[in-house]
Amino acid sequence: MDGNNSGGKHKSRWAAGITPYAEMGYYDADYEPKATDILCAFRLVPQPGVDPIEASAAVAGESSTATWTVVWTDRLTPYENYQAKCYRVDPVPGTDQYIAYIAYDIDLFEEGSIANLTSSIIGNVFGFKALKSLRLEDMRIPPHYAKTFQGPAHGIVMEREYLNKFGRPLLGATVKPKLGLSARNYGRVVYEALRGGLDFTKDDENINSQPFMRWRDRYLFCMEAVNRGMAATGEIKGHYLNVTAGTMEEMYERADFAKELGSVIVMVDLTIGYTAIQSMAKWARRNGVILHLHRAGHGTYTRQKTHGVNFRVIAKWMRLAGVDHIHAGTVVGKLEGDPNAIRGYYNTLRANTLEADPTQGLYFEQDWASLPATMPVASGGIHAGQMHQLLHLLGEDVVLQFGGGTIGHPDGIAQGATANRVAVEAIVQARNEGRDFLSEGPEILDKAARWSPELRKALDVWKDVTFNFESTDVPDAVPTLTVS
Amino acid sequence: MRITQGTFSYLPDFTEEEIRAQVRFCFDNGWAFSIEHTDDPHPRNAYWDMWGLPMFDLKNLDDTMDQIADCRKEFPEHYIKVNGFDRTKGRQTTTLSFIVHRPTEEPGFYLERTEASDRRIQYTIRLKAASTHSSNN
Repeated sequence: MDGNNSGGKHKSRWAAGITPYAEMGYYDADYEPKATDILCAFRLVPQPGVDPIEASAAVAGESSTATWTVVWTDRLTPYENYQAKCYRVDPVPGTDQYIAYIAYDIDLFEEGSIANLTSSIIGNVFGFKALKSLRLEDMRIPPHYAKTFQGPAHGIVMEREYLNKFGRPLLGATVKPKLGLSARNYGRVVYEALRGGLDFTKDDENINSQPFMRWRDRYLFCMEAVNRGMAATGEIKGHYLNVTAGTMEEMYERADFAKELGSVIVMVDLTIGYTAIQSMAKWARRNGVILHLHRAGHGTYTRQKTHGVNFRVIAKWMRLAGVDHIHAGTVVGKLEGDPNAIRGYYNTLRANTLEADPTQGLYFEQDWASLPATMPVASGGIHAGQMHQLLHLLGEDVVLQFGGGTIGHPDGIAQGATANRVAVEAIVQARNEGRDFLSEGPEILDKAARWSPELRKALDVWKDVTFNFESTDVPDAVPTLTVS
Repeated sequence: MRITQGTFSYLPDFTEEEIRAQVRFCFDNGWAFSIEHTDDPHPRNAYWDMWGLPMFDLKNLDDTMDQIADCRKEFPEHYIKVNGFDRTKGRQTTTLSFIVHRPTEEPGFYLERTEASDRRIQYTIRLKAASTHSSNN
């Protein structure tokens, strides 16, 4: 329908036919959001000729109570309460875009259900014809609603206490090649990486149970490798056993087997869906197993500036859903990521309270009300020579995953792992000593490489590797290049 | 075998000056400082013996270094680690923990396997006795 079509004359609110959304109560510039409201910021581009306020009201309407025509049955409800209200529409300077702020009453949503929350807010409205494009940029989850979710099965503090690892980023690696290794060879990579100094190794998102390697065989060999790695170092080690499968029953079977073998951690892919993730988060807390989430598929709807759902919203949903780890970008690696936007994701996952901050793309304040924190994971095209930048950009509570940057080491996987561990410890030591570790980083690493031949080789092999491309998605406030 | 628990085990053993710098970092952050020691460095031994209470009020670097030296003197064949502890809301946990002293010999661990059905193996990690054989790992 045409959002502007009001028949040219003002009709009464309840007359049959079509009334503009804005006139039906879905736009109210005077509305003051309640502390219990769920607030959303949408980036929208109206179709030519559609008034931005009416387009924004339409988003509020279609994501709450409205349908395309007036229905008298609204009058059987306290509809004022259930109508979402667009209360502010700001043009984005220099573009045809607008940011629409919409408030939703908490009663619109079922407690503890990401599926229900998302079916309401992004369920219908993205296909709406009166809009050229639509993107959900941010969402404020009030503590009243956050508290209806379990949240991370363990959280950062519990994970560190469980693993007995403090004061530095954790290190991991994804086993490569991602497809085709037999279970026995796969376990070899795990063992070498763990004994060399990594804390974790990881199944890739698409390693499930294929003809070349069935899940049960992989689990058995990986746990041999994990236990050998623990005995060789005296440290607790883990391998993210991917339990992603076609049905919940199969996922539970795999997760139960992983637990029985003593694995400290399992993983799932975002592709299994929100409800399945919440179920696995409950399983993970019940069974004392850390839950890692690979955000497989998110790029299809998070990357383009005018379409989909910003990753910061996915990050919020996943913290509510209860994952302990989530991939959240590297800034310096091979995958998309503007530094300010990524800082916003990391803060969203780790902080207890956040202020609105346009430079980080944070449209709202957020109070997590002591919900445990989710550990961000940086993975994809990073190497030991960037360690000072990684610590500076991503901080300490992060898993740095060096797949190629471990397995691609010319002297071997264990040597690659050692190079990464030496590098991270040297940079953390320098930071704690109060040195300017970002600008002195290359020098600090070079000095450590004088006694660590593993680090020397890594620095020499990857010294010129950078991924300098302009980000497709940056906060409006500060457009920047991806840092090299 | 060098046990690699702790924040800095892949670096060469810290000098007094380097330990002092890390302790200063704890003080600057307002973290309580503590010393623990053990002869059982099993990866899941969460409770090393405490060298007194966490030093919530101690802010003198020399005194702190003296405490580490005293612990070393009394337990030269133990592992000794120092910890920073952050009591702020939402953290309430250890924030730095690194080994400052090791026994002359680090015997390491061996992996005991108990075979169960369907190729399952039950793993147990055991500390090797110092200066004995048992190298079946």
